[in-house]
Amino acid sequence: MLLLIQCKTKTKTNSTTDTNTNSTVTVDVSQPFEKLSAYHLFKGTLNDLIPNDGVLPYDLITPLFTDYAHKARFVWMPKGETAKYVKDEALDFPVGTVLIKNFYYPIDERDESKGRRIIETRLLIKQADKWEAFPYIWNDEQTDATLEIVGGTLPVSWINKAGKKMDIAYVVPNKNECKNCHNVKNVLTPIGPKVRNLNCDFAYTDGTMNQLEKWTSVGYLTGFVPADNIHNKLAKWNDETSGSLEERAKSYLEINCAHCHRPEGNANTTGLFLQLSEKNKEAWGIMKSPVAAGSGSGDRLYDVVPSKPDESILVYRMEHNDPQIRMPELGRSVVHQEGVDLVKAWIASMK
Amino acid sequence: MKQLNILILIITFFSIISCKNQGNKSSNENFSFDEKIQKEFQEKFILVEDGGTVELPAGNFLLDKTLSIEGKKNITIKGAGKDKTILSFLGQIAGAEGINITNCDGVTMENLTVQDAKGDNIKLKGCKNVVLRNLNSTWTTGADSTNGNYGYYPVECTNVLVEKCEVSYCADAGVYVGQSTNVIVRNCYAHHNVAGIEIENCINSDIYDNLAEDNSGGILVFDLPKLFQPNGRNAKLFNNTVKNNNFPNFAKPGSIVGEVPAGSGIIIMATDSVDVFGNTITDHKTAGISIVSYLMTERPINDSTYGPYCYAIDVHDNTFSRKATLIPNIKTDFGKLLVATLKSPADIAYDGASAKDVRDANGMLPEGKRICIRNNEGMKKFINLNLWKASSAKEILKSYDTDVTPFDCAYTGINGNNTPAK
Repeated sequence: MLLLIQCKTKTKTNSTTDTNTNSTVTVDVSQPFEKLSAYHLFKGTLNDLIPNDGVLPYDLITPLFTDYAHKARFVWMPKGETAKYVKDEALDFPVGTVLIKNFYYPIDERDESKGRRIIETRLLIKQADKWEAFPYIWNDEQTDATLEIVGGTLPVSWINKAGKKMDIAYVVPNKNECKNCHNVKNVLTPIGPKVRNLNCDFAYTDGTMNQLEKWTSVGYLTGFVPADNIHNKLAKWNDETSGSLEERAKSYLEINCAHCHRPEGNANTTGLFLQLSEKNKEAWGIMKSPVAAGSGSGDRLYDVVPSKPDESILVYRMEHNDPQIRMPELGRSVVHQEGVDLVKAWIASMK
Repeated sequence: MKQLNILILIITFFSIISCKNQGNKSSNENFSFDEKIQKEFQEKFILVEDGGTVELPAGNFLLDKTLSIEGKKNITIKGAGKDKTILSFLGQIAGAEGINITNCDGVTMENLTVQDAKGDNIKLKGCKNVVLRNLNSTWTTGADSTNGNYGYYPVECTNVLVEKCEVSYCADAGVYVGQSTNVIVRNCYAHHNVAGIEIENCINSDIYDNLAEDNSGGILVFDLPKLFQPNGRNAKLFNNTVKNNNFPNFAKPGSIVGEVPAGSGIIIMATDSVDVFGNTITDHKTAGISIVSYLMTERPINDSTYGPYCYAIDVHDNTFSRKATLIPNIKTDFGKLLVATLKSPADIAYDGASAKDVRDANGMLPEGKRICIRNNEGMKKFINLNLWKASSAKEILKSYDTDVTPFDCAYTGINGNNTPAK
């Protein structure tokens, strides 16, 4: 069902909600609930996203771009369970884990007190032998969200940081499409919660702390030894103090592209591999011919032409919105100009 | 490498022709978008249980997002007939494919038409035991470089059967089976595509009883570097009708297939162990059959495990014919070369490239690597560019020859796909 109603400023009244603040988080790993509220992941008014006991907020150093959506992420694990440290891939989460990602837009990015509209909440739930992805779409009233395995298209508008009114057709992926990206060797796998992308401070309600240390202190992570000097850390794509141009561009490409563009990923047919651990220059696209780009090649001959961003197919596909051309295929309908600028600057800097 | 300079000449073939709507007359007028249908169809695709069937009713349906199936076993997707159930993806807003089937074991898709997807009409990745039967896949916009790439695109699949399928107006290849093992393409009709049928980096393929006409290139067997499944090999192409593939190449530059010269019947590139027999090859203005190396693309290789040459090719018992009025397009360098040498199109063109040191003192390839050409009815024009010894364009004009007698040999051991088809 399309949301045709313009979103209202978030109201603070609790009159339409009777959330039982005493309920504890409830998860049935064998099947999803129809309503997001049934999990009791949040307490108080649902759309305030105040985490219930055991629900821990987290953030990523460099996140995936999704049509400028803001994201509020949380993790929950069953009592007594813990994730195990994995050096280079996503943490090894226990059965019953719920990764919670809320996609929202402030009404006006210049003034967040005007409220926000939450569009969808995606749950990744670790079942006995696999992860499953469940998209929930929020209702117009912002009181609850309903499981929609087929996803949907929602008109969304907001005022961006520059004061410009943005109107987009936001596409909620369907359950199968979740796996297009969350795919390692054909197994649905979380992307974000890797050590290198969690290894930063977060402002918790009880004080700022490194996320990995926090997870360890609440029992959500074992095997992490802060003193070990082996933990990778992504550069923050838009923070020049966090790494060199190349490091920031590669961090950006890793999180936006390498979930598919890696030998174990969905785009392994292309030979273009953009995970940070890739050392081969041609795999990064440098003077590499496309395989099946079709008209996505935009009359350009190579994925990356050093010092020539405007001759590089990689840039062409980031700069376009047509579903036939754009990359990533899913999750965006507008160009991420700041990301394009970063990658262009990196290619321009190559000798 | 000077050899490459020639190849630039050979390969900078043709300018992209701006293409108008010139073909398929089926229109999208009778289609209208209904969010409910989109949802209902996608739900069917997601909820189908192992062993189950997705039935798509008769009708014209306009869809705006990819329909996808993931991780199912033994499912069937079935329309009411390829002229009755028509899924159009014109104006698609998300996903590049029309139908995207991933990671399934046992998929049969039959009796419907898929048209106008932004990218590929029907893609299958990482699937086993695939049957595509009695389907149509097309772009109703006619020949346009912005059309989708592939009509049928099984990639990284095992046991693939494509039969009785029609495909047209792909800006790349109609039936494109890539990086797959045990492939059969038969009784298909590919027309007005850049490439009609293309087998790329596949192991064990049988391509037979197909009709490829009015494409830029009829049937292609390619092996490309740096792919997940390297070293495509073992293909049998037999009893195909390959006819009048002189359609202007309308691919965007950048893709390999954009370099296929219009007027190519069959092209075997960089692939080992291919048996080509019993085909009827008619009216091509460039070459009926080309046997070429990857050097022809003039692209870097950077893959030490990749063999860019063709070895162990057996072309026999085919039938060639060609209208006398067909002349190579002299706007292309390859056309110029043919005019300068044969003064006509070639029935069979071999670039004669090989690895250094592989040839004996007489310039012959060793047993097991030889190119064999014999008993081809109507074969009048043969050219061997002898690239193994040429190092400039001038030298090609000196080194080429038209003597087919050194190719009089036979293979017995080329196997295609020996797995029984369903």
